[in-house]
Amino acid sequence: MSSDILVFGEQENGTPHRVATELATGAAALAGELGGRATGITMGRGAREAAAELGHYGLTHVYSADDPALSEFGIHAQAHALAALVRDRQPAAVLLPSTTDGRDVAARLSAILGQGILCNATRLKVSDGRIVSEQTAFDGALMISCVEKEDGPAIVTVRGKVFAAERSGAEATIEDVSYPLDAESQTVRVLEVVQTESGEAVPLESANVVVAGGRGVGGPEGFRPLQELADALHAALGASRAAVDAGWVPYAMQIGQTGKTVKPKAYIAVGISGAIQHKVGMQNADAIIAINRDPDAPIFAFADLGIVGDLNSIVPRLTEEIRKRR
Amino acid sequence: MALNIVVCVKQTPLPTAEKSLLPDGRLDRAAVEKAMSGYDEVAVEEALRTQEQYGGEVTVLTMGPEDALDAVRKALAMGADKAVIITDDALAGSDAWSTARVLAAAVKRLSPDLVVMGMQSDDAGTGVVHHALAEHAGLPALTQAQKIVIEGQTITVHRRREDGYAVLQASLPAVVSVIDIMNQPRYPSLKGIMAARRKPVETLGVADLGIDPDTVGLGGAKTRVVGAQKPAGRASGEVYEDKGDAAQRIVEFLVARKVL
Repeated sequence: MSSDILVFGEQENGTPHRVATELATGAAALAGELGGRATGITMGRGAREAAAELGHYGLTHVYSADDPALSEFGIHAQAHALAALVRDRQPAAVLLPSTTDGRDVAARLSAILGQGILCNATRLKVSDGRIVSEQTAFDGALMISCVEKEDGPAIVTVRGKVFAAERSGAEATIEDVSYPLDAESQTVRVLEVVQTESGEAVPLESANVVVAGGRGVGGPEGFRPLQELADALHAALGASRAAVDAGWVPYAMQIGQTGKTVKPKAYIAVGISGAIQHKVGMQNADAIIAINRDPDAPIFAFADLGIVGDLNSIVPRLTEEIRKRR
Repeated sequence: MALNIVVCVKQTPLPTAEKSLLPDGRLDRAAVEKAMSGYDEVAVEEALRTQEQYGGEVTVLTMGPEDALDAVRKALAMGADKAVIITDDALAGSDAWSTARVLAAAVKRLSPDLVVMGMQSDDAGTGVVHHALAEHAGLPALTQAQKIVIEGQTITVHRRREDGYAVLQASLPAVVSVIDIMNQPRYPSLKGIMAARRKPVETLGVADLGIDPDTVGLGGAKTRVVGAQKPAGRASGEVYEDKGDAAQRIVEFLVARKVL
């Protein structure tokens, strides 16, 4: 086994996923401690372009499997290709973004290689020459530290915002690789991708300030004043699962266990009760402000500033105050 | 077209329950209040709707200690036809890897057309068992489904994406996982609860599945918990009742934090 760290560079049409760039920077630090190299692989349509981009974030070597079939046959094809690379290069660890695709590829990879999997890491460190993953369990009630028991690569899925993506100023060596698809790799075909939502005005995961609405907002129209507040603050707009579940706003806005993880300077939760499902996606914000009608809402137990009151009157007044200052 | 459908469920500690760990790093499952994972209720509902549409039979599959029977009873009360429980002292402490392997062995034995699963569990929430199970059972997996259509031996799934969905297609048999907001799970009726008591429940041990007990559970796990602690948690700050000054207070706070 080498001391290299391999990042699964999840990408689409040449653009690496935000978490993949974070993992590239994180891998550079971990590989430094292990005395190995930080490497990565990108696959499918646009892989070469994505490899070059990922190479700016601290990786020294990026494999590029620029084959449209790896996009067409999705998870299965990518997991088998990744397994082939891992068998060949024997990295100490494979880091994958804890996204829907990343988790699926990790799961297949684990079964193909007969290796364990460390899931949803919120912190990674090197201890006694091995990777230790810290993760939350039971919806955030416990933090546990886990290691791979046997030799062989640690397969780790890593949540967003565990590392900060930093451009290193260096470029990686890009190596073209190809993995012919066997029958097993071609069992699920991606027929098409249907886009129903346009991109966010301010991306949630990189925003300095996030305004988020929950069930208390009352309906899709209730998000309009929140959008105005977000605009005044140059903030991104998010939501709790309750609001997404009700169909008021799209899934892309969901923050929490089954949505995005954010870490802004300030998080303004409006009409959000603060269930553990939501908390795990925003509890690492520098400051949390909560506005809720219910004085017993769980969010007041961990908000830095809690306002018990009517959001319908507070939010427009707040927007006005902020506009006056800008 | 009658479909043989298997739905996987898990009895999990309630998200709101107090949790503690045993000295060996396992959750003290005996000490907490449990119920069927909420994500799995959505899977049971989808399995039942699929059965209503295409005909066939729904078998509930679970792995866990004896109280896993509670989750099974609920699924049977919702309308599933029969159940298989894998329970064995050797399974205590299983990680995602061995869970997937054991469930895969049971799935092979049941040889279903379709395996339906929730998107993740309420407790560990790893979300990695679908593809691992499927790989061990030699099946394709189509995960994060928000819509499922079956025509003959072809399954088409709309897989949720942040900006919409991807259309995936495969041949049956296959594993699908459904997103948490796909449907509103039904409540068991009193009649359903009564009927559930008479439905067949088969209990299997790992030996019945041809698995060496040493390769599962805490001993067979591929990963090890080396530490556990309650998260530091944030202290609560000040809580005010709005007396018309909330906007000013928030602005002052944002200024103090150098956000404004």
